[in-house]
Amino acid sequence: MQAIIDIAGLAKSYKSGFQALKSVDLQIGEGEIFALLGPNGAGKTTLISIVCGIVRATAGRVTVAGHDVVREYRAARAAIGLVPQELTVDAFAKVADTVAYSRGLFRKGRDTAHVEHVLKELSLFDKRDSMVMALSGGMKRRVMIAKALAHEPRILFLDEPTAGVDVELRRDMWAMIRRLRDTGVTVILTTHYIEEAEEMADRVGVIRRGEIILVEEKAALMRKLGRKQLTVQLRRPLVALPGELAPFDLERSANGLALTYTFDAQAADTGIAGLMRQLAACGLDVVDLQTRQSSLEDIFVSLVSEAS
Amino acid sequence: MNIPAVRAIFVSEMARWFRTISQSLIAPVISTSLYFVVFGSAIGSRMSEVDGVGYAAFLVPGLAMLSILTQSLSNAAFGIYITKWSGTIYELLSAPVSWVEAVTGYVGAAAAKSVLLGLVIILTARLFVSFEIVHPVWMVAFLLLTAVTFSLFGFAIGIWAGNFEQLQIVPLLVVTPLTFLGGSFYSVKMLPPFWQKVTLLNPVVYLVSGFRWSFYGRGDVAVGVSLAMALVFLAICLAVISWIFKTGYKLKN
Ligand SMILES: Nc1ncnc2c1ncn2[C@@H]1O[C@H](COP(=O)(O)OP(=O)(O)OP(=O)(O)O)[C@@H](O)[C@H]1O
Ligand SMILES: [Mg+2]
Repeated sequence: MQAIIDIAGLAKSYKSGFQALKSVDLQIGEGEIFALLGPNGAGKTTLISIVCGIVRATAGRVTVAGHDVVREYRAARAAIGLVPQELTVDAFAKVADTVAYSRGLFRKGRDTAHVEHVLKELSLFDKRDSMVMALSGGMKRRVMIAKALAHEPRILFLDEPTAGVDVELRRDMWAMIRRLRDTGVTVILTTHYIEEAEEMADRVGVIRRGEIILVEEKAALMRKLGRKQLTVQLRRPLVALPGELAPFDLERSANGLALTYTFDAQAADTGIAGLMRQLAACGLDVVDLQTRQSSLEDIFVSLVSEAS
Repeated sequence: MNIPAVRAIFVSEMARWFRTISQSLIAPVISTSLYFVVFGSAIGSRMSEVDGVGYAAFLVPGLAMLSILTQSLSNAAFGIYITKWSGTIYELLSAPVSWVEAVTGYVGAAAAKSVLLGLVIILTARLFVSFEIVHPVWMVAFLLLTAVTFSLFGFAIGIWAGNFEQLQIVPLLVVTPLTFLGGSFYSVKMLPPFWQKVTLLNPVVYLVSGFRWSFYGRGDVAVGVSLAMALVFLAICLAVISWIFKTGYKLKN
């Protein structure tokens, strides 16, 4: 993996003395979609802000496309488009003007074709002559994305892009992020919606109290930490679990018609064969079987609670 | 130099101004007209000549300067303050824009506005009083110098200010008194000797004097002194701004 962002030993203490980041090391590969997950106040925004040049690091080093973000800030920043968490747009500007403004800041002349393309992609083209303040919140968020994409960045940071956004816009955004990835853009997003990371990300990082506690390929993560559940549907309700089944730590549904067995999919012996034999030995009639892989959300919750 | 960025900032700042063109231009024009009606015609007719020119004509450069000073200051302070206050400054901070470029865009726009305003005021004044401008090139030079210096000053205030009260307080408590006591309405020579000396501590005196010299060929102090002082204030403002950006003062935490 060719790292487009390289973060080493990054630390940040705010003036209040609060340490928001404690020696973070992280590499982002070119062209990947990286999801940064973490509870409120974990340091996600702080991390992004340092990479983008909005916040100064207390210690450590960040390079973007090989350029140090402090010493070679021009080259580093030129590669980045940022959609911040807060909805901050110039309310009194026209949509097309504010997008063109962003393009100008990044040393690009007025390329109306590109701006038009971005506006269309985000369904803003009809609103191009409207004042930003006359748009709905979701539309304003689209404007912010359009601004970030105006200069054709190689890297796009989305800080909680789908907070307060309806299902449709969220889908649109996911589709747009995929299209961007297809054109080679690296996307880093922070989110509280784990389904988003699960749906979108190639890799997932989990940050907690200013420390990266895990970085993993999403698929590997799901495999490694993924617990599977086997649900057995019974023909007749079971009032109480027979003692022979106790070692399997089964969960009985309220109506007694389903038993759930949780197992480690990676284990040499998953215990399923033994369970099936015991069920038969107890004379329980099985009508159906389902297995379910635990979601990233389960993994995340268990990680964050484990670490606390 | 990131010229497109300077242009983008300049254009968006000017657009903000044009959206409120009535406040931006018409209000100062009306108030200047009122000054001329009251001071120039009503009172001025009873006053003798000041420094060799009629009082109404004497007032023209001073009044124009007064507006240029206050408008430069408030335009520049407001422009950057609003960017900070609304949070849109994130864009500027994360763009490949050096502080020199950002300042050039903001201060350039603020100065351009007040130069336009100054010219409009002088033209308005011409409707009430007749006067000639002896050194038009120097007139424009002083106009530019003052507009840029006070726009820089305003920019620094806009960055320093943490709320709207602070944004207003410096212009109100410091600059307005200095401009009113800066010889806009009177010649320094009209003051008692002691106050003539004290008043020389007021930077505005040099700007008004130099500006008036460009109109009528005479001022309260020698034009060379005016020019030198104007350049010194410019240098001080530049130094303050560069310190702000070098240290990230109030901009980055
Ligand atoms: N300007 C600041 N001054 C002092 N402390 C700050 C500042 N900005 C953030 N913090 C603190 O740093 C910590 C990390 O904040 P950050 O915004 O990076 O979290 P986050 O992971 O983005 O959270 P969220 O999911 O709520 O957006 C928080 O405890 C926050 O209170
Ligand atoms: Mg955040």
